[in-house]
Parts: sequence; C-alpha cells; structure tokens
Amino acid sequence: MLVFLLNRLWQSAILLVIVSIIGFTVLNMIPGGPLAQYALDPGMTQADLDRLAEQMGLNRPLPVQYLDWLLRMLQGDWGTSFRDGVPVLQVIQRHLFATLLLMGSSTAIAIAIGTWIGIRGATHRYSIFDYSATIGAMVALSIPTFWFGLVGIYVFSLRLGWVPAGNMYTIGNESVLNYLHHLILPSIVLSLVNVAVWSRYMRSATLDVINQDFVKTARAKGLTERRVLMKHVVGNALLPMITLAGMQLPSILGGALVTETVFTWPGMGRLFLDSLGYSDYPVVMGLLMFSAILTVLGNLIADIVVATVDPRIRVG
Amino acid sequence: MADRKTTNKISRRSALGLMGAAGTAGFLAPNLLGKPAFGATPPDAPTGRIIVGLSQEPTNFNPLMVKIEVDDGVHFSMFDALFRVMPDGEIVPNLAVEVPSQANGGISEDGLEWRVKLRDDVTWHDGAPFTAEDVKFTLELIVNPEFRSWRTAGHTLVREITVVSPTEITWRMEEPFSPYLSFLTETFIVPKHVLEAEADPNTAAFNQAPIGTGAFKWGNRTAGDHISLTANPDYFGEGPYVEQLVFKYIPDVTVLYTQFKSGDVDLLGRMYITPDNYAEAVTLPNRVVKLEPASSVETIYLNLERPVFKELAVREAIYAAIDKELIIEALYYGLPEPVETFMPRTSAYVHTDLPRHEFNLDRARQLLDEAGWVPGADGIRAKDGVRLAFVNSTTSGNHLREQLQQFVQQSLREIGVEMTIENLPAAVIWGDFWTQSQFDSVVVGITYLIGPDPDVTNRFHSSAIIAQGGRGSNNSQYKNARVDELLEEGSSTFDTERRREIYMEVQELVRADLPFLPLFSDNSIRAWKTGIEGVEHNGNTRTETWNAAKWYWAT
Repeated sequence: MLVFLLNRLWQSAILLVIVSIIGFTVLNMIPGGPLAQYALDPGMTQADLDRLAEQMGLNRPLPVQYLDWLLRMLQGDWGTSFRDGVPVLQVIQRHLFATLLLMGSSTAIAIAIGTWIGIRGATHRYSIFDYSATIGAMVALSIPTFWFGLVGIYVFSLRLGWVPAGNMYTIGNESVLNYLHHLILPSIVLSLVNVAVWSRYMRSATLDVINQDFVKTARAKGLTERRVLMKHVVGNALLPMITLAGMQLPSILGGALVTETVFTWPGMGRLFLDSLGYSDYPVVMGLLMFSAILTVLGNLIADIVVATVDPRIRVG
Repeated sequence: MADRKTTNKISRRSALGLMGAAGTAGFLAPNLLGKPAFGATPPDAPTGRIIVGLSQEPTNFNPLMVKIEVDDGVHFSMFDALFRVMPDGEIVPNLAVEVPSQANGGISEDGLEWRVKLRDDVTWHDGAPFTAEDVKFTLELIVNPEFRSWRTAGHTLVREITVVSPTEITWRMEEPFSPYLSFLTETFIVPKHVLEAEADPNTAAFNQAPIGTGAFKWGNRTAGDHISLTANPDYFGEGPYVEQLVFKYIPDVTVLYTQFKSGDVDLLGRMYITPDNYAEAVTLPNRVVKLEPASSVETIYLNLERPVFKELAVREAIYAAIDKELIIEALYYGLPEPVETFMPRTSAYVHTDLPRHEFNLDRARQLLDEAGWVPGADGIRAKDGVRLAFVNSTTSGNHLREQLQQFVQQSLREIGVEMTIENLPAAVIWGDFWTQSQFDSVVVGITYLIGPDPDVTNRFHSSAIIAQGGRGSNNSQYKNARVDELLEEGSSTFDTERRREIYMEVQELVRADLPFLPLFSDNSIRAWKTGIEGVEHNGNTRTETWNAAKWYWAT
C-alpha cells in the first residue's frame, strides 16, 4: 500500500508539472494579455503600459516567467491576482463556498435520483419507465444547461415568481432560508445533466451484475427479491460508481461555468471565466493547478476506496 | 427585494433631463408622462439602499492603481479629488476651495506655478483630518516607479511639490499643460497616514478596504458578487441620502436586464440595457428609462498612408456613399445620433455647425470621376495603376458592426470601390495591428478625449504616430501642420475662450480632412426604478454613480 501511494504521488507530481507547462504556454499564447484591457484607455500611454509590464514582470522571457512561477509554487506561494491584488489561494477560498453549496446540493440530488432511476431502469428493463428514463436522459444530455437555466428563470421566477431570478442570497438578508430559496432552481437545473449521467451509468452497472451467478445463487437460496437487490445487486453495482464519484470531485469544487453565470452565482466556475477574460494569469494558473490536484486526488481516493471495499482488488 | 413604492413625484432636475432627452431622442419614459415634476425632497438622515447592477466586476479599490471604467463607480463614491467636473463641463472645487486660474492667481502667467487652497473641514473615514500632506503624498505616489499606477500623463510634469500649510499646496510644472486641471478631477486623493505605513503600496491592506473622504465608507465585499458601501455621516459635501450603496456584479447583460425587470437591481450600470431590449424596457412599469449620449464615436477609421486613402476626394466619395441614416434605422434600432466630429456630444467643446453628411451616390461617383479614378473592366475604379480597393476590419463576433460592414460594402460597390471584409478577434485587432497602423480601415468606436479635457494631441498630432516613431494614438497617421500648431497652443493655453476657438477650428479641419469617417454616437439606455431621485448623467465622467451622494428614494 505504501509503495503504491509513493508511486502514485511521484506520477502525480510529474503529471502536475506537465499540466502546468501546457497551461502556462497556452495561456500566454492567447493574444492580448493582461494589459490589453488598459491599452484601450485613451489616457494610457505606451510608456504607461511598458512600465506596468515591467512592474508585473510580463516583459521577461516566458521560460523565466514559468520557472519563477514554479519555484514560488513549490514554496507554497500561489501568486497574487492581477485583478484585485489578493493572494490566489485567498481568491479561490472566497469562491469555494458558493461552489460547494451549489455543486454539493446538485450532486446530492443527482446521485440520489440518478441511482434510483438507474436501478429501477435495470430491474424493469424495457418497461415504459426504462424507455422514458432513457429518452429523458438523452434530452437532458443534449440540451445545453444555460437553456434550461434561462427557461427556468423565465418560467419559475419571472412568470410564476416562485423562486428568485438568480444570486446566492438577497443583499441584506443572509438567513439560511434565503440561501435555500435561491439554491432551488440552480441546483435542480445543474442536477438535470448529472441525473442523466448517473442514471445511465447506474443502469448499465446494475445490468452487468444482475445476471451474475452469485445473484442467481442468492435467489436460489430463497432470498426475497428485495434482499437480493439491496444486498447483492446494488452493493456490487455501486462499485464502479465510486470511481465515477472520484472523478466528479474536481467538478464539484471546480464549479459550473455556465450555470454560475446564468444564475449570477459567485462560484469557482465564474471566477475561472472572469479570470480568463481579464488574462489574470496567476488566478487562471492557480485554478488550473487546483483542479488538476483535485483530479489526481479524486482518482487516488476512488482507487483506495474501491480497493478497501472490493476484496478482489489489491493495490500495489 | 420588493419593489419600492411608486411615486408620482419626480424632481425638477430629472424632469428637465427628460425633456432634454426628449429633444435629442424624441422619447419620454411613458410612465412619467404628464406627471407633476415637483415635491420630492431628500430625507433628513440616510435611509434605504440602492443596488447598482454592473456587468463587469469592480475589483480595484485603490483609485490610483491601474483600473478600468467599472472601478470608477466605487472610487467616485468613496473618494474625492481636488476638483469635480459637472455635466456641463464646468470644473468646480471639491477638496479645494477654488479652482486655480490665471485670473485668480492660482496659476502663474507662464502656466508653470500652481497654487491650490484646500478645505479645512474634511476628515478621512477613520477620523483623521485631511491636509495638504495627503495631496502631496498622492501626487508623488502616482509617479513612484514601483507603484502600478493608472494614467501618469500630466503628473510626470509636476515638480517641487510644496506643502505651504495644511490647507495650501504649490507645485511647478515642467511645461505649461492646461489639460492637467481636468486630469485632477479624476485624481482621487488617498490618505498619507494610512498608506505611508504600508511596505508595498501595490499589495497594501488599504487596497482591499480603502479609506477615503467621500460620501460613502467601505462596507464589505463578497468577491465575484457585490461590494457594499455605507453612508458617511460626516461627509463634508451634500448627502449622502441613502444608507447603503451596493454594486452588484451580474456577468451577463441579458441576466442583468432580467434582474432589473425582476426588481433585484434598482439602477442599471454598465452595460445598461442593450438596444434590442429598448422597446420592451420603456413599457416596464415603475421604471425610468432614459437615453444618454455615449462619449465614444463610431467611425470608419482610415489609414491615410495607404495609397487609396491619400487623396481627399476618395475619402469624401466614400463618406458620401454611406447611408448613415439607414444604417442607424435598420441596424441600430434608430437609437444613435449621427455626428460629424470626434468631440463627444456631452463635451462643452463640441462643434455643432460642421458640414452635414449627405448620402449621395451620384455625388460620390462625380468626386471620383473628377479625381481621375476610372472604372476598369471589373467595374472597380483605378488610377495610375492603383485599384480603388481596400480591406475593412473590425472585431470578429460584433454582429452589428459586421452587418454595417456588409451594408457599406454594397454601397461602395455601386460607386466602383471594392471593400473586402477581414475581421479579427478583439485581442488581435487591437494589438499591433491597430497601434502600429497595419490596417487599411477599421470600424471602431473611439473615445477621443482623455477625461473631460478637449485636448486631442494624442489622437491628431503628427508626433503621435507610433508607426512613424511617435508616441500616442494617431493610428490613422493623420498629419496637418495647422492642427499640430493649434493642438500645441491648446494644451498650453489656460484661457477658456481661446481654447474654445482652438478646438472648434481643430474640429473643422478634421471634418474637412476626414482622417476617419464619422458615423454616429451611440445613446446608452439608462434605467432605474421610479422613486430614485438625483440621478444625473455626466458624460465628462466614466461612471453613472459619479454623484451617488445625491441619490435618494422619494417617499
């Protein structure tokens, strides 16, 4: 187990460096750069822009800039945002709560409903329920989330007035109820796609298990169908789901780009879009590393959990 | 938040403003028509909250650091400059007690020695008194080579700053530079006693929780969501009348408008309402919707070093072949106003009697015929082996401009001119392609002035051509000796009347020379909830919240 962990750590470190090099290069290849937004200001002279480039270290050769960034990163210094002068880790931390709240609740909804639909679809294969679930999943997967979001806002908030048209809370009212009220629509919209994904995976995982010999044995032993399903089928079908859940970790913390914009949700997804728009290199790099680390971590955790719960698998 | 109670009363000022808008745009917010324009008065103590919706997020709270327009809203509400520029262009005292001039002795006859007298009743938000030391500190910080400051033009000319007394400061200018007065209306004074103690002004704690002298104090910020300011009861000027001023960031313009409709936002800031929503917006109940002139001018901007554009007749012919009115009507919902000059319509220096553009294809053909441009076999004119063909570019993805291009392209074909459209992404077109004059022609909206001053040396002086080794933004490579002369005089003259004459003549010369084809100046669609009083457009600033101190809810 220890050897396995050390190996994985080692591989992950190399992977992260490669990711950072690619990210840094691509980021700097985008024309414009952090000073482009100031270049259009009629009062900003070329001398002003040159001075800023010098002060921000942007006039150094790219490899030098990268190595500087990497060395600082290794010492735990994630840099400082160009936009608001706040340390990158603090910027991330400021947006993390909003994203956790939204993604956490939508993922919880998605897993609960998705798992249930998946199992029922598998046990009642080719039933009307199964067909409608399949079609529903296809529709949910093929229609973009922002469309669901805008329609949701139009119907439930502008027309019916049941829920707010976005925002995380009403300014001046930060009660838990107010947060929950604002959470309803975006978390449902966001979970639509995830329900579809989870139900499809769960359905096929259940089908894989449902005709296995040990299930037949369980039935032959005279167990009730319910007991067979809960103890033998679902337990085993959930195993591949652990890996899926591990892979969801970065997206749970990384936020939803589109949904957060449509619902004016001040989370990580919008932070990424905004930072990209302003070429806020330190924050974009920070977010990239953050989600890369989460991806690595999510997979690692999933592997360990699978190995722990599935006696057939041993890591080493 | 629930809608505020509707009121039938609007202030005299907003009524006059509306009439003004009706004059230029021919439109009145229907819900205000025919209602009495008197009666609303500000409350005795600050009450209520106004939420301003913005489609960009203010992130810079140190008013001296490099910033974009949207940051100005917070700065104007929290800080004061020595002077303030009013909507009519008049510069009035703010932290100073009078505006220095050669007449009152504040500026020496040679324009080099400046003396500014300051108020003695101003305190910082932390209670410390404001003095001339703060002004000195501010002016020195701007040119500190380590500091990531915003515009330094003008400030770099300042020498020998001397604090004569806590309420008086003097300095010497390296050369006479009259626009500096208006630059000082955008130079917010920061507290020496707070920033002096900081090791690095770029990362100072002050930048995240600033202390100013303004009508509002720093409240709190939820990054990516909103900034909340609270009333400063000790403000030395008029107001504030609302307890809380909130800048709410809503990243998408459609969502911004939706939240204005739903009532979450009380007043719309940048980017306001998009033209396609205007027709619906004016029908919204309990909302004031108003057209206000934007300071940028939409142009077809030409590179005068290109052989085809060297001849004035060609530029005139192309201008005559553009059907401005139809473009405005058909593409821009009839909202913009056709213009003939670069000077913003809101500037006190705008020339309103320039020759009016006339769409006339026959006249265009005649001009080209007379100049010796003869149609070739392909129908495109040529002269001395030069085909009358050029490329036009603009930001790709800007659909309105793309349609405008196709419109112009068709008209030009009718007079034997070939215009090819090659659009580029924003980051590419406004990089070297633009600054180094690598284009033939571009469709671009430009704000020609730096702040409220009419000086345009940066745009039209022959020494401002980067492609020819100069410094500035004269990207059309325009050269006119008389314009150079006038611009030099204009930026060193403090006599307002003389300056007026100078900039009128500059506008006449530029209109005649057509280094760009002026199309129109846009109207931005401003809107707020009925009941908010005191909102006034000031085209000499970059923000709608320049006078938020005077806003209040009518009760």
